[in-house]
Amino acid sequence: MMMKNAPSRVEIHNEWDIVRARQSGRDYAKELGFGNVDQARIATAISELARNIYLYAKPGVITIEVIDDQGKKGLAITAKDDGPGINDLRQAMEDGYTTSGGLGAGLPGVKRLMDEFDILSEAGKGTKITARKYLR
Amino acid sequence: MRIPILKLYNYLLTTIQVELDDQTAIQFQDDLLKKIHETGALGVVIDLTSVEIIDSYIAKILGDVVNMSELLGAKVVLTGIRPAVALTLVDLGIGLKGVPTALDLEQGLEKLRQELGE
Ligand SMILES: Nc1ncnc2c1ncn2[C@@H]1O[C@H](COP(=O)(O)OP(=O)(O)OP(=O)(O)O)[C@@H](O)[C@H]1O
Ligand SMILES: [Mg+2]
Repeated sequence: MMMKNAPSRVEIHNEWDIVRARQSGRDYAKELGFGNVDQARIATAISELARNIYLYAKPGVITIEVIDDQGKKGLAITAKDDGPGINDLRQAMEDGYTTSGGLGAGLPGVKRLMDEFDILSEAGKGTKITARKYLR
Repeated sequence: MRIPILKLYNYLLTTIQVELDDQTAIQFQDDLLKKIHETGALGVVIDLTSVEIIDSYIAKILGDVVNMSELLGAKVVLTGIRPAVALTLVDLGIGLKGVPTALDLEQGLEKLRQELGE
């Protein structure tokens, strides 16, 4: 398998891109040495972020990269789009809040699936979410 | 991509062996409901042993399948959910509450037989 030194960048235009992004994330997680459960957590988090881009803000980009913060290794997932942005971030982070008839589980779920979670969003400009998970 | 649905006596059995993309999941929902309607099946086992990921979108479809099947008169049991998948569902805050589950196909069928009093 190719060494995952370079970041992976997956553009999200359609629903198959969601599958590609999460498979790429799983490959990186596996190669870095994440266990089975964390591989599933990382892939699921990517699926949620990619799906949000697809549903609300396409096109956008998912970037997956290895982080090595003074020996603290992990994976950083970035989801970036130039879509409509999220008006009320606090509301969007609530369990059950959805504007699309979904479960409203995606964003709060990603926060719990990963170790760190940052979200920046500006109305009319877009959204950038970064989530990180570290090897233990 | 279509997921095959087998009929066995009063039951329908289906094993999801592919990566569940959105289209496949929606098609499966349609096919299963049609098949329940056509056959008058009383029970359905959906085996998820090969499924490595269930995100909130797929979880919603599965939950909808369970509810709609019950409206059509068929009980659904989900089997073979991997521990890693169960844990991610908990993180997502989705317990698939009230949905009957079992370890494998065989136990799923047994559960249906008990619930249906056969
Ligand atoms: N990238 C985005 N751009 C614009 N709005 C977004 C974006 N991501 C999420 N949102 C908004 O935030 C809400 C909450 O998102 P979240 O992923 O938590 O739930 P959902 O997508 O509605 O349902 P689920 O993820 O459970 O299928 C969405 O309904 C949508 O209105
Ligand atoms: Mg979502």
